[in-house]
Amino acid sequence: MNRLELPGVTWRRVSPRLVWVELAGGAGSLVVLLAAGVVMFLLQVWIAVVVLAVLALVSIVNLALTPRRVRSIGYQLRGDDLLFRRGIMWQRFVAVPYGRMQLVDINRGPIARGLGLSELKFVTAAAAAGVTIPGLTEAEAEELRDHLVSVAESRRAGL
Amino acid sequence: MTEPSTPATGPASVPASVPASGLVGVPKVVAHLTDGEWHRLHPATPLLKGGFALIVVLGYVASNLRERLLGLFLPRFDNGGDPVDYVVRNGIILQVLGVLALLLVVLIGGFFVSWRMHTFRITSEVVEVRSGVLFRTNRKAQLDRIQGINIVRPFIARLFGAAKLEISQAGHDANVQLSYLSSVAADELRREILRRASGTRVTEASTAGQSATGSAAVAQSAVAQSAVDQSAIAQSAIDQPAVAPTGTLLDRRITEFRAPELDPDAAPPESVVKIHLGRLFGSMFLGTGTVIAVLVIIGAAIWISVTGRLFVLVFALPSIIGFGGYYVRRFSKSLRYTIAGTPDGVRIGFGLLSTSNETLPPGRIHSIEVSQSLLWRPAGWWQIRVNRASQTSSRGSANQANTTILPVGNLADVTAVLKLILPEFVGEEASSFIESGMTSGGSDGFTNSPRRAIWLRPLSWRRNGFAIVPGSLLLRKGAIWRRLIIVPQPRLQSVGLHQGPLLRRLRLASIQLHTVHGPITANLGAVDQVAALAFFTEVAEVAVRSGYADTSHRWRSGELSA
Repeated sequence: MNRLELPGVTWRRVSPRLVWVELAGGAGSLVVLLAAGVVMFLLQVWIAVVVLAVLALVSIVNLALTPRRVRSIGYQLRGDDLLFRRGIMWQRFVAVPYGRMQLVDINRGPIARGLGLSELKFVTAAAAAGVTIPGLTEAEAEELRDHLVSVAESRRAGL
Repeated sequence: MTEPSTPATGPASVPASVPASGLVGVPKVVAHLTDGEWHRLHPATPLLKGGFALIVVLGYVASNLRERLLGLFLPRFDNGGDPVDYVVRNGIILQVLGVLALLLVVLIGGFFVSWRMHTFRITSEVVEVRSGVLFRTNRKAQLDRIQGINIVRPFIARLFGAAKLEISQAGHDANVQLSYLSSVAADELRREILRRASGTRVTEASTAGQSATGSAAVAQSAVAQSAVDQSAIAQSAIDQPAVAPTGTLLDRRITEFRAPELDPDAAPPESVVKIHLGRLFGSMFLGTGTVIAVLVIIGAAIWISVTGRLFVLVFALPSIIGFGGYYVRRFSKSLRYTIAGTPDGVRIGFGLLSTSNETLPPGRIHSIEVSQSLLWRPAGWWQIRVNRASQTSSRGSANQANTTILPVGNLADVTAVLKLILPEFVGEEASSFIESGMTSGGSDGFTNSPRRAIWLRPLSWRRNGFAIVPGSLLLRKGAIWRRLIIVPQPRLQSVGLHQGPLLRRLRLASIQLHTVHGPITANLGAVDQVAALAFFTEVAEVAVRSGYADTSHRWRSGELSA
């Protein structure tokens, strides 16, 4: 495969515990799909059953790939910008100069909080950039936030 | 609320009646408005904002009452059940009139108080507006964060010689509105605000106080030089409107009304683009809207001829009216379009009856798109749109004007406008880049998609490409709907690189340049994977570098030190 790879970048990976958070989310939707499938089966609406079965299959494959997908998430704090990547099938790389930072969010979902994980969102003036680093430990997230704020302050750029 | 004392303007030391001396160059009315004290808006403001509605309602009531009065003297015994009859029959005319008068007084009083409470001030750092009677609002805008200043003159306000000054800030609906000001003051005020925001000659404002007391404190050569420049410029600007005030009030209004939308400013007031009436008509009737309209009409015709029912006309008629309105609006907005460069940015004016005239300081345009639809190609017409950090929702249909910099123009017009809005990107080389970016394909400085991209871009793969030039990033695409997207490097927020399964099989990738939200999305698909990686790496570096070097928030701050 002709995978995209940036030369000379050593990625910092996120916590493997993120797998459980993602699995829980995926499993939840799978349960809903299966329940709907059973109902449709009992009502004998066969088209709906087929569609739901396909969806369930896709979500099972998705669940199976979760560990790899989590492993693919990475970031690197370079001298002047933050580099972020995610995805295996749909690979995505973003480079954001620190000076463009408008604010940093830290979010914790219920399951992630149970596992001691946080999600850090780096917001710029461009809505499309969407740099969200999930699966950071709480200490890591706070340290990263403070670091980003301080480097953004020293490299402040206009809009 | 804090009232910071501003030594730069010296609010206390400058009485409002200081005459503007030749050296200062700031007209009296503006020197007064920008002295850092609180000021009120144009006295006709309540009338322009809502008073007309009140007058119309009153007129309606009065005309109804006249009928009633006539009926009173010529009784026709039409005892309907409406309130006036009830009032007359029960003999409480006086009480009702009293209540009405009270209501009127309260309304007028309300308008008056709201006008009294609506104040603004302009210091060397901020523009601040206080308004509201019961619910007070206070909005403060940093001058160096200004995204543009727009002077809008609605038709009725123009008759009164009033204008609305809108100071756009980044963000959704984050504008500071000064409505209404006197028309002359609005122009002068804009120039003064821009001058203060530009970061240069901030010192000059302080000389207003000093020179008024007769001390020639401007000894530093650089300051003196710039002050002289400014005074020469401002003096010429004063001369121009000075023609008008000699006449009567009516004369002045007429002169103002007929004045070109580009007020005589420090800039060469020549518009670099002239849109002929024929071209305006042609461009509008060859637009996408027309295609849709024609399709709708054909669809309706087929429907009627097949089914024989005229029922569909019920739906067709409103949409035809809608289209008509759309055309009239677009047409009247594009009439008298002008664009010119000033030292404080690009000035764009348009409008026939209601006019609008906006100055965009340098570095406020986040991306530029030059596009040509299929129908425009035979005529060689292009349109230029931009992304800006300020979005105003309040303007509704007029929003088009906010992002369309050039409604229609040929290649020469496009080049002229691009030279204005991309001052760092000029010269022979730039022109050839612009031209090849707009029209041609092949190897001409752009890195194009490889041949295998034919699967995804069957028509445009020869043309689908990017270029990195000093100061800007260029993306061109589309063989049928041709587009050239230019992102000024200092405005780039971040850069992205994507690859899905299909692109990976073809060893391709897509690149994104993230800028503020707007009508333009700077994406380029189906680029060679290796080239895309190189582009990503280089642009990431360029984004950092240009971000540091950029001083456009104080766009003329370099002039003093130079």
